[in-house]
Amino acid sequence: MRDVAIVSFAQTKHVPRTNLSTAELLLPVIGAALAAVELDRHRVDFWCHGSCDYLSGQPFSFVAAVDAIGAWPPIVESHVEADGAFALYEAWVKLQTGEADTAVVFANGKSASGDTRRILTLQLDPYYVAPLWPDAVSLAALQARVALDAGVVTEADMADVVARSRRDAAANPCAVVADADAHEDALLAAPFHAEPLRAHDCPPPTDGAAAVVLAAGDAARDLCERPAWIRGIDHRIDGHDIGRRNLSSVPSARTAAERAGVSGRFDVAELHAPFSHEEVLLRLAMHVEAESFNASGGALCANPIMATGLIRFGEVAARIHRGEAGRGLAHAMSGPCLQQNLVAVLEADA
Amino acid sequence: MTDVDAAEPVKSIRTPISITYNWSAGVQAGQYLRGLLEGRLVGSRCPACHQVYFPGRGVCPTCAVALTDAVELSDRGTITSFCIVNVPFLGQRIKIPYVAANIVVDGADIAFGHLVLGCEAHEVHMGMRVEAVWRPPDEWGPSLENIDHFRPSGEPDAPFDSYSRHL
Repeated sequence: MRDVAIVSFAQTKHVPRTNLSTAELLLPVIGAALAAVELDRHRVDFWCHGSCDYLSGQPFSFVAAVDAIGAWPPIVESHVEADGAFALYEAWVKLQTGEADTAVVFANGKSASGDTRRILTLQLDPYYVAPLWPDAVSLAALQARVALDAGVVTEADMADVVARSRRDAAANPCAVVADADAHEDALLAAPFHAEPLRAHDCPPPTDGAAAVVLAAGDAARDLCERPAWIRGIDHRIDGHDIGRRNLSSVPSARTAAERAGVSGRFDVAELHAPFSHEEVLLRLAMHVEAESFNASGGALCANPIMATGLIRFGEVAARIHRGEAGRGLAHAMSGPCLQQNLVAVLEADA
Repeated sequence: MTDVDAAEPVKSIRTPISITYNWSAGVQAGQYLRGLLEGRLVGSRCPACHQVYFPGRGVCPTCAVALTDAVELSDRGTITSFCIVNVPFLGQRIKIPYVAANIVVDGADIAFGHLVLGCEAHEVHMGMRVEAVWRPPDEWGPSLENIDHFRPSGEPDAPFDSYSRHL
């Protein structure tokens, strides 16, 4: 296996809604990620993009993003109709084959353009489930209810996650939600939005983008003083049929964590949990111990859908680059109710 | 009581989907669309390679550079290539045969597709000079449909060299 590292990360200052086009949104972010390691775009061996056409309502709209990477002379690029974290996984595989030594992974989400709750419904089984229109928040509420009834999550746990996230987000200039004075009691006193979820248990509508530079072996060492090496990475998927899953557990996260080599204590952990109860479920499933969870504020404080998972990887890597952490866990999810889970262990050189 | 075994198998279902979008064209494309509302063709020039894109767009796809210069263009141009549509299809609104052509308007460096009327279909040719025929202003929206069609302008053909790189 080749040593592959994240050597650079950049993200937009996320906003509730942008009027920029996809390419206009991505260009400065990709530029910043390249500039941070002084990598000329012509020296990038592979480009991989994560986005969701359903957010824009236009088939093949992801092609417009290629303007932002300058596909002349011709380049090698790919796209996943999923979060950029999964594009990162594809780029990691590409680097493993030896066909590339450097890769740029980028992702964008303009969820403010449409009704995200309903759009995500369209990823469900088209015959038995989607026609009932169980929207994303309602499904999350369902899982929260199952988890609460099973006793694996409490309302206090959920409030703790939100309060901590919002307080931590005060130090993150890219977050859309932050509150240095967030407190559990005030949160628990708020009315329900989709019982048992309160509005603050749900992610904020966010438009934004992110980009990451991957490099292998010596290419990584040449570009970055302190690469964030991907020591283990794994992606597992639970069943598509919500009705057949035990929603109080996340088996695919458990398996992915085991296969990615999750063990011991991490300095930082960034979990892709747009709903508060999801963080609790994920921590239980993956047996994660860390000094900090979602120090960036996590998806509860910025959720540019399709970039959110990639940002988890970027946030862990950035802390390693800055010398603030030596070992981190990055997680991204996809599908309804944490159906798919991608887990990676990132480490600095000893 | 229903006898499930005797029931006809379900062979198809209809599941209507309706999602409403409020999509932003972006800054540069927005200038292009607003130009059309005023009967103007507005492109975007790349500060690096100086190519002018029409319709306007936010980033030069060759240089990966932000396009910030809006450029006003003529509504007269050259046909680079074309297709004579002879085949009837569902939803067709124009009487066949008609010509769908790629047109580079003067000042632009990229062609766009539009309809050519005002001559016999077989008279259309590469290098033919055409001019826009606009709908009445009170029918204008943010759309290239404000131009109903292009017609021959009567000018001599454009030399091949002037449009050869747009083929």
